[in-house]
Amino acid sequence: MTFTQFVFFVFATVAVLSAVAVITLRNPVHAVLALVLAFFSAAAAWLLAEAEFLGITLVLVYVGAVMVLFLFVVMMLDINIARMREGFARYFPVGLVVALVMGAELVLYVLSRAPEAPPPAPTPAEVSNTRMLGEALYTQYLYPFEIAALILLVAIVAAITLTLRRRPDTKYLNPAEQIRVRREERVRLVKMKSES
Amino acid sequence: MIPLEHYLVFGAILFALSVAGIFLNRKNLIVLLMCIELMLLAVNTNFIAFSHQFGDMAGQVFVFFILTVAAAEAAIGLAILVVLFRNRRSINVDDLDSLKG
Repeated sequence: MTFTQFVFFVFATVAVLSAVAVITLRNPVHAVLALVLAFFSAAAAWLLAEAEFLGITLVLVYVGAVMVLFLFVVMMLDINIARMREGFARYFPVGLVVALVMGAELVLYVLSRAPEAPPPAPTPAEVSNTRMLGEALYTQYLYPFEIAALILLVAIVAAITLTLRRRPDTKYLNPAEQIRVRREERVRLVKMKSES
Repeated sequence: MIPLEHYLVFGAILFALSVAGIFLNRKNLIVLLMCIELMLLAVNTNFIAFSHQFGDMAGQVFVFFILTVAAAEAAIGLAILVVLFRNRRSINVDDLDSLKG
């Protein structure tokens, strides 16, 4: 076992253990933090597979933005944890059996059809993963890229329209009315005689 | 270097764990969303491993798109969750049966 494989095993073990923590921890905040650790370890495993750009993107975008969004929502909502845990013990055997059978089947399939091809040699240092990904993304996959941008726009619009609400009891300025105002409605010039 | 099977087994274990999580936490909507994120992570790991093995950038491009769609899904899902909590004061799946005839 080379040192690279050892590093991979460490990261994979941490990721799997934190995934176990995600599904078993009682407190949702702790579960989100365990999920952050799982994503971070998986990003390290991606780096070992020479997917540098996506590994960094996973940390920056996913851990930095999406997981923090999860954390915000979990902390903002007042969740009754005790009621949420109902049925955990009841469904534990079923979940365990399904997960074990499914995992065993997937692993057996992978191991039974192990490819004869050896793992590829490490790419030389002057080949940039970001450059290769960009060249593929902006030439061959340009239209999917634009569709992805559109999906993000739709997501923004959907999230804002879902959560926006008008509250009649709060005091706020109406910008349209404010802009439409004329000078005559606000200013009155008064002529006075000067006092001697 | 790391053989392909190691990545595939890693992805399989993560995927099975997230399926188990959906079974165990079927009351808690937010943990269900987190399990879906974990599933997408497992799938992405497989894509990256195959992309590395065959030296093809298409796998990484797909991971890029999956990340985009997953981020959009998380944002909309959490927005729906917040609206739900505002209206019903609960995100328990058992309380969300008002569409049941």
